[in-house]
Amino acid sequence: MDLILVNIIDGLVTGLLLFMLSAGLTLIFSMMGVLNFAHASFYMLGAYFAYQISIALGFWMGLLLAPLIVGVMGAGVERYGLRRVHQYGHVPELIFTFGLALLIEELVQFVWGKNQLPYSVPDVLNFTAFSIAGNSIPAYKIFMIFISIAIFIGLLYILTRTRVGMIIQAALSYPRTVEALGHNVPLIFMGVFGVGTALAGVAGVIAGPVLGTFPGMAFVLGSIVFVTIVIGGLGSLWGALVASLLIGWITTFAKSYNIEMADILNGIGIGTPENLDENLFRDFWTITSPQIADILPYILMVLILIFRPSGLFGKRHS
Amino acid sequence: MKNITKLGVVSALSLIVGASASFAETIKIAFIDPLSGPFASTGANGLHQFEFASDYMVNQKGGVLDGDMFEVVAFDNKISPKESLIQLQVAIDQGIRYIVQGNSSGVANALTEAIDKHNRRNPDSRVLFLNYAAVDPALTNEKCNFWHFRFDANADIKMDALTDVIVADENIKKVYIIGQDYSFGKAVSDAANMMLGEKRDDIEVVGDELHPIGKVKDFTPYARKIVASGADAVITGNWGADMLGLGKAIIDNGFEGPIYTYYAAGSGMTAAFGESGKDRIRLISQGSINPIGSEEARATYEAFEAKYPDGNIDQSRIFNVIGMLATAIEEAGTADDVVAVASKLEGMEYDSMWGGKLFMRPQDHQLIQDMHVGVHTDENIDFDFDQSGYGIVNESTIEMASMDSPTTCEMKRPE
Amino acid sequence: MTDQITTDPTKPSQRMRAGSMTLTFGPWIVAAVLLAVLPFIFTNNSSITIMNQMWITVIFALAYNMLLGQGGMLSFGHAVYAGVGGFACMHIMNASDFFAALPLPVLPVFGGLFGMGLAIIVGSFSTRSAGTVFAMISLGVGELIAACSVIIVAFFGGEEGVSGDRTYAMPFFGTEFLQQIEVYYLISGWVLISAALMYLWSRTPVGRMSNAVRDNPERAEFLGYSARWVRFYSFVASGFFAGVAGGLFAINYEILTEENLNTTSSGIILLVTFLGGVGFFFGPIIGAIAFTLLQTVLSLQTELWAFYAGTLFVATVMFFPGGLAGLMMMHVPVFRLGKARVLIRPYLKTLLPALIGILGLSALVEMVFHVRHAAYGDDEMTLFWTTFNSHDILPWVIAIGVTAVALGITRATAPALREAWNDANTAGGSA
Repeated sequence: MDLILVNIIDGLVTGLLLFMLSAGLTLIFSMMGVLNFAHASFYMLGAYFAYQISIALGFWMGLLLAPLIVGVMGAGVERYGLRRVHQYGHVPELIFTFGLALLIEELVQFVWGKNQLPYSVPDVLNFTAFSIAGNSIPAYKIFMIFISIAIFIGLLYILTRTRVGMIIQAALSYPRTVEALGHNVPLIFMGVFGVGTALAGVAGVIAGPVLGTFPGMAFVLGSIVFVTIVIGGLGSLWGALVASLLIGWITTFAKSYNIEMADILNGIGIGTPENLDENLFRDFWTITSPQIADILPYILMVLILIFRPSGLFGKRHS
Repeated sequence: MKNITKLGVVSALSLIVGASASFAETIKIAFIDPLSGPFASTGANGLHQFEFASDYMVNQKGGVLDGDMFEVVAFDNKISPKESLIQLQVAIDQGIRYIVQGNSSGVANALTEAIDKHNRRNPDSRVLFLNYAAVDPALTNEKCNFWHFRFDANADIKMDALTDVIVADENIKKVYIIGQDYSFGKAVSDAANMMLGEKRDDIEVVGDELHPIGKVKDFTPYARKIVASGADAVITGNWGADMLGLGKAIIDNGFEGPIYTYYAAGSGMTAAFGESGKDRIRLISQGSINPIGSEEARATYEAFEAKYPDGNIDQSRIFNVIGMLATAIEEAGTADDVVAVASKLEGMEYDSMWGGKLFMRPQDHQLIQDMHVGVHTDENIDFDFDQSGYGIVNESTIEMASMDSPTTCEMKRPE
Repeated sequence: MTDQITTDPTKPSQRMRAGSMTLTFGPWIVAAVLLAVLPFIFTNNSSITIMNQMWITVIFALAYNMLLGQGGMLSFGHAVYAGVGGFACMHIMNASDFFAALPLPVLPVFGGLFGMGLAIIVGSFSTRSAGTVFAMISLGVGELIAACSVIIVAFFGGEEGVSGDRTYAMPFFGTEFLQQIEVYYLISGWVLISAALMYLWSRTPVGRMSNAVRDNPERAEFLGYSARWVRFYSFVASGFFAGVAGGLFAINYEILTEENLNTTSSGIILLVTFLGGVGFFFGPIIGAIAFTLLQTVLSLQTELWAFYAGTLFVATVMFFPGGLAGLMMMHVPVFRLGKARVLIRPYLKTLLPALIGILGLSALVEMVFHVRHAAYGDDEMTLFWTTFNSHDILPWVIAIGVTAVALGITRATAPALREAWNDANTAGGSA
């Protein structure tokens, strides 16, 4: 029972972190129809900038400045790269972000080298908040939860309660009309792209110390972000939140409990074959849930796409 | 810079990469390891150590034979078996007869088979494979061949030494084994289970699990399980980002006992663990750095630090590879006849500057050497890693570890 | 949302045009002669190995373009079809009795069949819609199968993969395929056959309908064609040829590993195809050749090869969305008008300095990298056959100067080039 509570907290942390990435991505997608492959690269840039700033000015300035820099870079990419490629259609746009992801990883290695960076949790937060049955919950994780929730509420407020949010929402569905009403739609696009990448930057800043800051960190996260927004329904903020939490909890619980395939199969009435070592499906029988925890989201995504192609919360599907 | 325009011509003709003939005065060693991509840091550090070792140990002392110099030629295999095989072919065409590689047993496997086939099919251009870090036991057992020499202790030997230390600690009653889900992770788990059972039957293995390699973003759930299992110690064969992630998660989430590892040092990892890993992380390695193995080793390390302030000698065996190869070439009187060199390497006894004797077992080409179990700390450090003030200090030593361990290798020697 | 991600048919550079049903023999004969002669020019084994790798990538990229260019379907997991085909071939190689009775050149057919089999299974649900849904299913399935490769050891051999020995096959007219050169001709034969078959496929009614479904699925449906089944057939055919490429990989390398399945390989083939140009049948061929050279040859010269590759991709997609093939085909009208001569001089004037400028930039990048990452006391570096001290001022002055001047000339002469280009593309006038 204690462990369940601990796992719920851990899953929440993972999920919310994922949410900060997928929120930006899903906004960008719903606005421009671009699946931004470089999104996780901006997350990485966030961590690296924050590390560099934290050496000089400390962690908190890193938290403040790094996302800003990342956001400005993101806006620049939109203005000088994507906007140009946009006229060629969606595949070139996608390949552009693909190439950009490659390029950013190389740049990071060029500047900071190939090693792990010693970017660590600030001393203020480096203590155990509380323990449940010997499992300590670091204060930093609580901090992560609060930051992510604050961001979610802030986003929701801006999108639904403010004038800017209204214009953005309108621009999502009817860009031409909004433009005709005198709003600068390209500027809105650039702004949304910048904010989306800045969110990824925030995620990088706060995840860097716990998940490690190294050139492969974007690749490790890579496609899971897409999976999240596809499961949640492209363009839906609530969908992104629900899907992130779902993935966070599914993977956490799958890792925490050893459920074996043999037990499941026996449970539904299929007997374990004799001579398992000789059997062609021997590896299938010995699969355990921690082994496949990180590919469960992909299975979930394929199933959702087959049976509900618009995702959990997706509205638009032609 | 006026030659700059030539590049166009050259890129058109760049297929002729292998055309340059080997120089008479240099003995080239092909270093085939990742220099780009996620494992580039390990590869680049290894390359620096090879370049430094051949320069410092051979070239500055006048070379081998009649002043022949060693030259390390780097080939980036992007840790891909396919690329490794292409680069192997390029290396052979450049007249290179010595191949060194270490990162990833999968690549080593591909290389040793390809080299075996190549040497059978092309007796005129045979090559030797000096494996400095791939530790899959199969390479010196069922997959052994005459051309492959392993200078690192294999996973079983390392586990044998580790478990010797673990069983000596009376406080350890429950052990948790966790590793990456592939051949090496499984080999570690199998060896740990078997050897713990043999050596002390009151030790209970409370957890034994594998996680996907390179895919886990957050190790917290695994750490929870380890804490919940009541384990006194953790054994892991993890390396790279998986090692750092696991180690940090275990320590942050309230586990108190020691963590026995294979690869938790260097490449930024020592710095990243820093204070949190102190007296917690234990590491099996060979070659004594703290305390330093000999005065010669001290001079060597200092010279290395002067050249690469950011670098570590975290693979001291690389110096043994160069030293033993130079000795074998000297004894064989030739660098071109690799069969003669290999025959000298077989059964060679060599005094390592890092302390202890080395013995290349002829029946399986596995180097037998002293193994050390060290602890991550900032006290009594002669040479730290990653300029962090932290390093690995030896706690116990197993001399000539697994000297008599069995092997299933049936060595086929060329006539 | 369904057609969010497809090539845009309204852009000529990305539209693969339907040609006539006839097959002109000219290019094919040239290709065959070229394939036969190349090993006499590049005789050493490593060149042959690199060419083998190139031709395998060519088949794979052409198969991929059956989806992307012809069918408008973007797949993020196409490596699995090549991989599974290759693994199947590897297992056949290890089935000694059967393999001993099989001539090696036939083996890729089995690879193709297994790739096709998998494509039939996956295609049965993934081709129901195009666009994002298709792309995401391909990503999910790709990740799943790649992950299985380390879990299902019986078939995929885990991390070390499955290896075998091609020479145990039945001798083929006395050839045992001991040497690389013999394998080269085997692969070359397959390249010709597969490329011809894929070309013919694009000329069949299904191939044509594939274009129609890409451009306008609704109208295709009105004409009585099921868009879904047209996509399915393309997908299956593409799976077959991907499997053939996998089979050839098995023959060439005699080992298959996880890397043949993973998403990196899938991503690379997407980049290769796009670099070459999705709008033309021969585009992927150029892409495969260019990329293999980048990956294998450039990486021998510089550690920063991936950086240059990334820059090249971004530049290609920003400035030449038609890829290298599109760039070449831009010149066809000029030749038709017989005004190619008009362009020679402006090209020389602009592109030569541009090339020097780019090389200068890369020299600067290399120098920065050297200063930052080389060992202490190791100040010497060699660049373009010149050895110098990277900590001296002089090389920097020269490099920056040459680059600035070259780029300046490029900038100054660019308008003239544009004018010449417009002139060359207008009929009549002063030729």
